[in-house]
Amino acid sequence: MKSRHKRMVFIVVGLAALAGAVGLIMNALQSNINHFFSPTEVHANAAPTDRSFRLGGLVEVDSVQREDDGLTVHFRVTDNAETVPVTYTGILPDLFREGEGVVAQGKITSDGVFMADEVLAKHDETYMPPEVAEALEKAELAKAEAANGATAVEPAAVQPAAQPQEGI
Amino acid sequence: MFNLFKYSSPATFYPLAGRLAVGFGIASAILLVIGLYMSFFVAPTDYKQGEGYRIMFIHVPAAWMSMLIYVVMACWAAAGMIWHTRLSSMMASSLAPTGAMFTFIALWTGALWGKPMWGAWWVWDARLTSELILLFLYVGFMALESAIDDPRRAARASGLLALVGVINVPIIYYSVQWWNTLHQGSSIKVVDGGVETSMSEIMVWTLLVMTFACWFYTIAVALCRVRSIILERESGASWVKALLQERK
Repeated sequence: MKSRHKRMVFIVVGLAALAGAVGLIMNALQSNINHFFSPTEVHANAAPTDRSFRLGGLVEVDSVQREDDGLTVHFRVTDNAETVPVTYTGILPDLFREGEGVVAQGKITSDGVFMADEVLAKHDETYMPPEVAEALEKAELAKAEAANGATAVEPAAVQPAAQPQEGI
Repeated sequence: MFNLFKYSSPATFYPLAGRLAVGFGIASAILLVIGLYMSFFVAPTDYKQGEGYRIMFIHVPAAWMSMLIYVVMACWAAAGMIWHTRLSSMMASSLAPTGAMFTFIALWTGALWGKPMWGAWWVWDARLTSELILLFLYVGFMALESAIDDPRRAARASGLLALVGVINVPIIYYSVQWWNTLHQGSSIKVVDGGVETSMSEIMVWTLLVMTFACWFYTIAVALCRVRSIILERESGASWVKALLQERK
């Protein structure tokens, strides 16, 4: 074995060992690296009850209620399996919307309400022009209607609307 | 046969780097003008984030470059350790400042994007934190190299740091998949050998033009920098003296 091959093997083996070690550490610290707890984890008592933590998920549709002071807002955070009710007083970010992602920092009370002192919006990685979003929504509606009245509508008539991806 | 090792000699690489730098510099400038025009005037408004999302056309290429440059830098460092070629460590050190710059741009534009969209300049989630560690790695690489006077020892020490730090790059890239983060996932990803994207096509093209502009910029600047490093380290060599005679 030439000495430059030895050095090559040394570097490759060294990096592999290091990657393995880092992988094990990351795995052990999994819960510390996660930025927030999901509602399912909160229900499974995985989240701390005595100190502040972050709760993340989607704002449940039709769950946002504002109090008369205009600042206090109640909503539910869901991960489509469990939900957690949240109360927050303050200004919400612009992207805070029903059905969109949210990460809230706060404490959970004994009656299971999450009292947030900070609410951040978590947006997804989808970007498109408004017209396309509108077209997609229409297609979605058409699909839903077709599904409701499946006997009334010919499947062939639904076909064009079912391919909204075109032209994006 | 084309002999790659011919160009691993600083004396032959020096004039070649000069010619390449000019070409890549011009290509980068042209692409940057096209890319910025597309970013501001051609790419459509986003349905959710309005005009604010346009910052991604600098944020995403900068973040990509910050990771790519680090990997290339680590490869040069490894090549220098394996073959003991002088030029390899010079290439590694010529990339570091540009890598650090792109990392800083990614973090800075990310903060400017995060405030209006998320509601926070900074959060300690896995993506943001690992990118910050990348900045520290670049700074550490440069600091370690300049702290040791003997160039060969400096190259070995800083090269080792570059190699160890390369573990951080996949962590940055996959952080949004492996853990819960506030940062969104990747809009362009490789799934089962194909590329999937959740952006409109023109946005993807704009991103690509900007990315190539940054790429060519990096090559041009790194080549200019490596020329300076070559002159500095080889200042005693006869070819450098001959070059100086020519210039007089």
